[in-house]
Amino acid sequence: MTTISKVRYSRRSLLKTGGAAVAAAALPAPMVWGQETKNITLRQFGTGVSNLNDVAMKVKEDLGFTLEMTALDSDSVTQRAATQPDSFDIADIEYWICKKVWPTGNLQAMDTSKIANYDKIVGIFRNGKLTPESTIAQGTAPHTVGFVEGPGGREFVDNESGWMTLIPTIYNADTLGIRPDLIGRPINNWSELLNPEFKGKASILDISSIGIMDMAMVVESMGEYTYPDKGNMTKEEIDLTIGIFTEAKKNGQFRAFWKSFDESVNLMASGEVVIQSMWSPAITAVKSRGIPCVYQPLEEGYRSWGGGIGLSTSLSGMELDAAYEYINWYLSGWVGGYLMRQGYYSAVPETSKNFMSENEWGYWFEGKEASDVITSPTGDALAQAGDVRDGGSFEERMGAVACWNAVMDENQYMVRKWNEFVAA
Amino acid sequence: MLRNNSVIGWLLAAPLSLVLVVFLVLPIVMIVVVSFWGATEWSIYPAFQFDNYEFLLTSDVTYRVFLNTFKYALITWVFTLLIGFTVAYYLAFHIRSLTWQIALFLLCTIPFLTSNIIRMISWIPFLGRNGIANSTLISMGVIDEPLEWLLFSDFSVILAFVHLYTLFMVVPIFNTMMRIDKSLIEAAADAGASGWQTLRHVIIPLTKPGIMIGTIFVVALVMGDFITVRFMSGSQSANVGRMIQNDIGLLQYPSASATAVILLFTVLLLIGTLLRFVDIRKEL
Repeated sequence: MTTISKVRYSRRSLLKTGGAAVAAAALPAPMVWGQETKNITLRQFGTGVSNLNDVAMKVKEDLGFTLEMTALDSDSVTQRAATQPDSFDIADIEYWICKKVWPTGNLQAMDTSKIANYDKIVGIFRNGKLTPESTIAQGTAPHTVGFVEGPGGREFVDNESGWMTLIPTIYNADTLGIRPDLIGRPINNWSELLNPEFKGKASILDISSIGIMDMAMVVESMGEYTYPDKGNMTKEEIDLTIGIFTEAKKNGQFRAFWKSFDESVNLMASGEVVIQSMWSPAITAVKSRGIPCVYQPLEEGYRSWGGGIGLSTSLSGMELDAAYEYINWYLSGWVGGYLMRQGYYSAVPETSKNFMSENEWGYWFEGKEASDVITSPTGDALAQAGDVRDGGSFEERMGAVACWNAVMDENQYMVRKWNEFVAA
Repeated sequence: MLRNNSVIGWLLAAPLSLVLVVFLVLPIVMIVVVSFWGATEWSIYPAFQFDNYEFLLTSDVTYRVFLNTFKYALITWVFTLLIGFTVAYYLAFHIRSLTWQIALFLLCTIPFLTSNIIRMISWIPFLGRNGIANSTLISMGVIDEPLEWLLFSDFSVILAFVHLYTLFMVVPIFNTMMRIDKSLIEAAADAGASGWQTLRHVIIPLTKPGIMIGTIFVVALVMGDFITVRFMSGSQSANVGRMIQNDIGLLQYPSASATAVILLFTVLLLIGTLLRFVDIRKEL
């Protein structure tokens, strides 16, 4: 371990000096530059959703430098971003994690004038509005933690300051996943998660900051309470919310809790659970095994999340340039198309369109009937001709977001209560 | 000469002491120190405060979780002891040839050539609602409805523990049994003792050190476990290890350290008490 990082360090300093020498000589030498770029390695880590080896391979092909990917779960991602700033160059994190991690000073703000497609990034990440008429959902909405006042800024600002904390890359609207074949009736509300009909066959995810939002959606749907702001609960509201779920847990409502993506897939595919909080690609994974599974749109709307790329403070010189190059490439469409064919959305949908077939674009983005078989990027059939995406078009889904994943002021209290819930 | 000897003694002891100090004592000291620190959402800061302990010791969740951990340890101990003792007894006294003893003993260890996570997780499809156990029972007509408590319950947690840790009981017990002088058993038989009496008054007392070492292994392993409980209970039960893991995941290192210190203290107390019953050093 030590040896490797030492080797890397010396190679890196060598590169920096090399880069400086080139710059100093002011040589317009793209060939030299090209050679240098080939030796750059950027270390990226993040949640499994977008840390894909296919992306790293394509980067090598298109840009020439090496991207090392590490996939971790949300908690570990937060931990790493906050405590090991030298272990990464690029952090692929969610916006609520950004709210937690930004104050550590481990990430640097990015100059939006260097981002070619900045103007095409969807409004959600810039002023919070999908369309000029939309209302901003509760929780840690991405635009509220998306900008700081300057390069060294530590405080978030509420306007497009030109300095972004994370460059948005991927987002989606989450809801409950169900097994229609085992339920056999329509499901329209979040409250169904606690319906005694599904006693011993329900599940919720054991990641407190996301789970509490799902809980809040359920509590509101049951008519027990209406939150002024689900994304920032008071202690009393936290007690109430977790209290309702603790009682349900004691009554045996839940079969299990899940923490990682594949656990949720296995619970659903094996029939242990018929209704649970779930993520979009998990639905895809269940479906690709030939088991019916629906990402059920619900009347109360979606719980949404967004992720983006942040740059480590220690990144500078040629590596920093390479990172900007990578970001511009990321937004230029290939990755977006790849992710959208898994059911996510890209931050710049219009560039992704060029990398999708008309059928795919119609199915995933416009909510149209598929005119042919829809396959995942890995080739599994996900939908047949005539199928329509659960929840419909981009505007219908992202327009019905009720709240964003959030970090609350009372987060520490909430976490303690969450531990009690698990131990109950 | 005497002086020289003591220098050599110190030198001989030095490497081990050094290793223990660097890799055991220092980390524990560090944990104790950090347990008094404070933490914010994203960082920890040096301090000397009792907040972490105060929160732990006044929360009834802590007591419930510790109680649950003891429960797992106790039940697992009973089962691993019964099974481990029986297996060791069979190997030591019923198998006559040494070759067979060794062969069968190695057979016991074969499952342990795979990762213990794999051994644990393979129970999940077996015990599930539509798993092999339930479908077999249903097709045999024993039950009409799948048994829900087979998986994601205390039953499955303890089953996995017993499965994973019985060998740690077999090995030391088998080892001490092999050292029992066979003439003692013959003497017992000659004196007219029944098989049961020999077991009760000769073999068990002489096997005590092995039982105690096995007990220490099993108790320490179960008390410190977090992954078995997480997977086999479907994250629905908590033990101390999971509490620590949750804290670490949420960057609450001081609170995790405080829990670790209390756990360490509890386990030491437990083992100290156990050692009162048997003087391992004398009997080995």
